[in-house]
Amino acid sequence: MAANEYVVRTKGLVKEFRMGEESVRALNGVDLDIKRGEYLSIMGPSGSGKSTLFNAIGGLDKPDSGSVFINDVDMAQLDARELAYLRCHTIGYIFQTFNLLPSMTALENVTLPTVFAGLTTDDGIERGIEVLNLVGLGHRLHHRPTQLSGGQQQRVAIARALANNPSIVLADEPTGNLDLKTGEEIIALLRELNKKQGVTIISATHDYKMVDVSDRVVWIRDGKIAKIEERADIELAVGAIKDESAH
Amino acid sequence: MSTHTVPASVGTPEQQITLPFSKAWEISMKSIKIRLGRSLITASGIMLGIAFFSSVRTVVLFPITQTGAAAEAARSRHSFLAIMALLVCFVGIMNSMLMSVTERFREIGTMKCLGALDQFIVTLFIIEAGIMGLLGSMIGWFFGWLIMVIPHLFGGGARDLTSAFFGGSAVQAVQSVLIGLFITLIACIPTARSAAKMPPAAALRSEI
Ligand SMILES: Nc1ncnc2c1ncn2[C@@H]1O[C@H](COP(=O)(O)OP(=O)(O)O)[C@@H](O)[C@H]1O
Ligand SMILES: [Mg+2]
Repeated sequence: MAANEYVVRTKGLVKEFRMGEESVRALNGVDLDIKRGEYLSIMGPSGSGKSTLFNAIGGLDKPDSGSVFINDVDMAQLDARELAYLRCHTIGYIFQTFNLLPSMTALENVTLPTVFAGLTTDDGIERGIEVLNLVGLGHRLHHRPTQLSGGQQQRVAIARALANNPSIVLADEPTGNLDLKTGEEIIALLRELNKKQGVTIISATHDYKMVDVSDRVVWIRDGKIAKIEERADIELAVGAIKDESAH
Repeated sequence: MSTHTVPASVGTPEQQITLPFSKAWEISMKSIKIRLGRSLITASGIMLGIAFFSSVRTVVLFPITQTGAAAEAARSRHSFLAIMALLVCFVGIMNSMLMSVTERFREIGTMKCLGALDQFIVTLFIIEAGIMGLLGSMIGWFFGWLIMVIPHLFGGGARDLTSAFFGGSAVQAVQSVLIGLFITLIACIPTARSAAKMPPAAALRSEI
């Protein structure tokens, strides 16, 4: 268990973006150990490096230096096929803009990762229906993204992220395009999935509603971890944060 | 978390499987059908180019009325027009294909997040481009040909529509379709390949 306690570890992550003469250090030495089964929020103002960290952990972009270990495997050592396998089986992705394929129905969107995982069409559909039921969209199987509300689209995206039973769900501002109430519903759903399915949830956000449900909150500023708060600290601080966010 | 299954990727990393061609075909067909309007616009870019080319080529099949130096001049004018038509065709198709790939960068990035291999994405685009190239070129050839034939249907013109003319037309039809398909594919493949090779984060960032 000890070797396996952390599902994600990052060591000295640095990522720099060059735009002509100027360069921005979006990540400036991030060391982070994420425990299996926890609900972790990465909080920080816009431009603090949350999405860059999301991309590095998810294997969607390579850091300039430092390493990411997923289940103790160094991501930099993976070739294209191994990386694709990891994205397919081990990590589920959720985005602010949902990123559903517009040409496909809810069920087809959710089934797609099972196609890449090599499931038969029948097994994929069965699994697709199962996870769509899980997110409360069993009655919208054959709707296209344009025929669904934002909250429903995000539920489809969550179902899709869960299709191959990943150990990690990575979310980047999952409530960013949703209204307050819908955002709360999505957060509650993520928390429920985390508790019931045991899936580790890592969510980049600047939505303070997320703090309430998190086991740990990592505060990031200018590409660095400013502080990490545990559940116990959070419960004490929630009131204060809410006051702060009201201003 | 004792209920949690330990992922298979611990220790030896596993490799993503290659999907059969039939899966790519299935997904491509769906995509063409759903974005039919968009597919038609792309295909009509190909169609217009080939129609222009085909009309210029069809003219050559009719008997030349001039003689001597005038006939020589007419022939070289037609060659020039055919080359121009091919260039227009090339630029038009290139443009349609570039657009149809770049407007789908996000989709490419999303598919890679779900576990698609680069080659699978390229295959999707080759199938879609191939179908649009084939249909667009066939229809384009027919329209280009028809426009040149119509004036010959009236008056004494019908006498130009000989069996040699139809034989020549058949050869040109095949040539036009092959050229259209070829241009479509060489326009599509490098674009699709470079799009598929982008890190998913870059593909997802595109705002088209
Ligand atoms: N592709 C990029 N090109 C140039 N600069 C970038 C790029 N992506 C992010 N940045 C910069 O890196 C910093 C961190 O960005 P990001 O990780 O998106 O922050 P967040 O998600 O916290 O809002 C910002 O200053 C941003 O402008
Ligand atoms: Mg961001």
